[in-house]
Amino acid sequence: MRRLPKGRQLVLCAAAATLVATLGACQREQRRFRESPPSTSPSAVRVSALQPGTVQDTTHAAGPYDNVAYHVSEGQRLFGWYNCAGCHANGGGGMGPPLMDDEWIYGSAPEQIYNTIVQGRPNGMPSFAGKVPTSQVWQLVAYVRSLSAQNSTGARTSRADHMMMYPGSGSLQDPEKPVKSFRPPGAEMP
Amino acid sequence: MTRCRPDASRCSVGLTSVRTFSAAIALGVIVSAVACTREGEPEPPRGPASAVLPASAGPRATVALDAEDGQWTMPIKSYSAARYSQLGEITTDNVKNLRPAWTFSTSVLRGHEEPPIVVNNTMYVLTPFPNILYALDLTQPGAPKKWQYEPKPQSEAQGVACCDVVNRGPSFADGKIVFNTLDNHVVAVDATTGKEVWKTKVGDINIGETMTMAPLVVKGKVLVGNSGGEMGVRGWLKALDLGSGRLLWTAYSTGPDVDVKIGSRFKAFYPKDQWKDLGVNTWQGEQWKIGGGNVWGWLSYDPQANLVYHGTANPGPWNPDQRPGDNKWTSTLFARDPDTGEAVWALQKSPHDLHDYDGVNEAVLIDVPWKGQTRKALIHPDRNGYVYLMDRMTGEILSAEPFVHITTSRRVNISNGSLEYVPDKKPKVGEVVRDICPASPGGKDWQPSSFSPRTGLLYMPHQNLCEDAEGLEANYIAGTPYVGMNVRMYAGPGGHRGELTAWDPVAARPAWKVTEKFPVWSGTAVTAGDVVFYGTMDGWFKAVDARNGKPLWQYRTGSGIIGQPVTYRGPDGKQYVAVMSGVGGWAGAIVAGNLDPRDSTAALGFAAAMKDLPDATQKGGTLYVFSLP
Repeated sequence: MRRLPKGRQLVLCAAAATLVATLGACQREQRRFRESPPSTSPSAVRVSALQPGTVQDTTHAAGPYDNVAYHVSEGQRLFGWYNCAGCHANGGGGMGPPLMDDEWIYGSAPEQIYNTIVQGRPNGMPSFAGKVPTSQVWQLVAYVRSLSAQNSTGARTSRADHMMMYPGSGSLQDPEKPVKSFRPPGAEMP
Repeated sequence: MTRCRPDASRCSVGLTSVRTFSAAIALGVIVSAVACTREGEPEPPRGPASAVLPASAGPRATVALDAEDGQWTMPIKSYSAARYSQLGEITTDNVKNLRPAWTFSTSVLRGHEEPPIVVNNTMYVLTPFPNILYALDLTQPGAPKKWQYEPKPQSEAQGVACCDVVNRGPSFADGKIVFNTLDNHVVAVDATTGKEVWKTKVGDINIGETMTMAPLVVKGKVLVGNSGGEMGVRGWLKALDLGSGRLLWTAYSTGPDVDVKIGSRFKAFYPKDQWKDLGVNTWQGEQWKIGGGNVWGWLSYDPQANLVYHGTANPGPWNPDQRPGDNKWTSTLFARDPDTGEAVWALQKSPHDLHDYDGVNEAVLIDVPWKGQTRKALIHPDRNGYVYLMDRMTGEILSAEPFVHITTSRRVNISNGSLEYVPDKKPKVGEVVRDICPASPGGKDWQPSSFSPRTGLLYMPHQNLCEDAEGLEANYIAGTPYVGMNVRMYAGPGGHRGELTAWDPVAARPAWKVTEKFPVWSGTAVTAGDVVFYGTMDGWFKAVDARNGKPLWQYRTGSGIIGQPVTYRGPDGKQYVAVMSGVGGWAGAIVAGNLDPRDSTAALGFAAAMKDLPDATQKGGTLYVFSLP
């Protein structure tokens, strides 16, 4: 094996050190490569904020996959795969309610969304208990929360501009106020 | 009101009738004719032929009329589905004086597509889910409630209803009001007492089935069909005994001939529809079992021929690549014997449907002077953009002309009955195909037309929409959507999204058109006073002159109107007009379901075209009844 001259070794070392230092400075997403999927489902999840008398607890635990880009992306794939998109479209809703706005009938916390998927809800949300594995439910939870920008920007999935009225109008990165007066391009045809 | 413009692609029709036009219009036609002599142009988009016809010119189409009893006992008014009332107190001259007589709140805030029906001085109002039936006493001032009946459908059914939780109305027969509930029950209620007579379950929400259509009662049989074309539900039409609710027969829309009730009496007019077991052979494997073809639209009936006419809906999934073949008998028009369910003829209008062009729109039974003869015909404005005029005895197409801007097909070839698709507009997986016209709700959706024998015109409420579509791989999971398409819709040429077209069946072209900002998602009704009634999605209830479309009167109701107007003679002898106000349905889901239009694919792409509806109307659920002072 050919040895590099001393000077070059030094330069390489310095470069490597700089690289390590730079990477260390970045706030990277938490990425666990070997992880046992969450197997337990949340218990005793409140769906109502109203607690008669003393408020006992209002905190909600974070979803295990909320800020992991891979899982959010998997959640997006499963959202189509399990036909969630058939009812909720790409977040705007249809047969089911929209998921990209700030209205949450049964709560927006991860374990509330988890329970909505698993238990179902009486006004039309089917129960997927026993049909979708726990870890995939959590991936779906992470994606659903990303639709309304409830997780970190870095973990969110890419935009689907090709189906949008104009670039960014349906951006999943930056939910914005609807532009209602917009006239679509087709309207200008002779 | 706007008048139709001459269309370049229809120059031959324009030239033959040039003499009858005013000079200005003739000039326009000639200019268009010259423009379209250029050769080598790719696929000119098809639009309606244009002309302004005097309503009285030449022989007119007509319709068989029963004696007018001043009632409105079923949504289609009479078996011919003409929705024509012979009441003539309200005329083109005095309709401007129409004012609200009384109103009634249904306590439901979803899309009210149903008509109120009127029998024996009682008005019956059926709501969308939860399908409450109210009986109102018309003999008392303000029409107080006599009783209400609540079928209490399963709440979960709302989750499998594709396009809002609507209901298209109840029907009266033999002392009973019959209707369907969203969770697949057919109910008969005693019209006098409001007591349930029978209730039969005919479908299952866990495979995605719902029911939204209005039953038709023929010869003591209640004919009902299912919804679920977006959920991979196999379509059927069932007959139940009016007395007992017992199931008499089921005719499926897909599957072997024995299931479809195709037997020795079946004689399709065109060879493409003649072969054994086409309901299986035009699919791959067992796809026909989840292939759609639902019967959620209108039925009509010819008592003389003893034939019931009904359409079947789109095939599932929407993504056409996943279901090679013609996919029979989806997007088809059937003529059946109501006694046995046997099919007598069928025409598949949109074989291997590419764009969700259901075939369930109304078939209005009219008699048409045609090449020197009077033909017993039916007229059917299809979602694929053509008005089909057909011989209702044989299934022969007499004419099929476009009534909207069409880019998806070249024409209907009436020599072999086939729709000639434009291959470029076929949706593909992973690619966005643009400028698909008409969009998935078609040139016209469920909203029913009316026909006046006085003018010989068909009054078609419809939309003017185009769309972009991207195919996706759809997974079949029972009880969940089976669609496989990203769609976004927008206004078609002209920028308006709705039209009321008066169609002349004899000339096969529009006599006049009224354009509306939003899709005209309400039905129409026409009277002997030559007044056409319809409503708009921003809440205006309107009356126009049946002869020329001239606006005569309008009234702003509390919510968008997508219901079916009716007219009746009250116990006081006066003529009343009634309509439900309550926006929703597929077109109004953006308001009824609080959808978020930042996602262009919301409501299967319809929300994109309706972004400004939430600013124009609110949810509602109110019956409005109007009369002259």
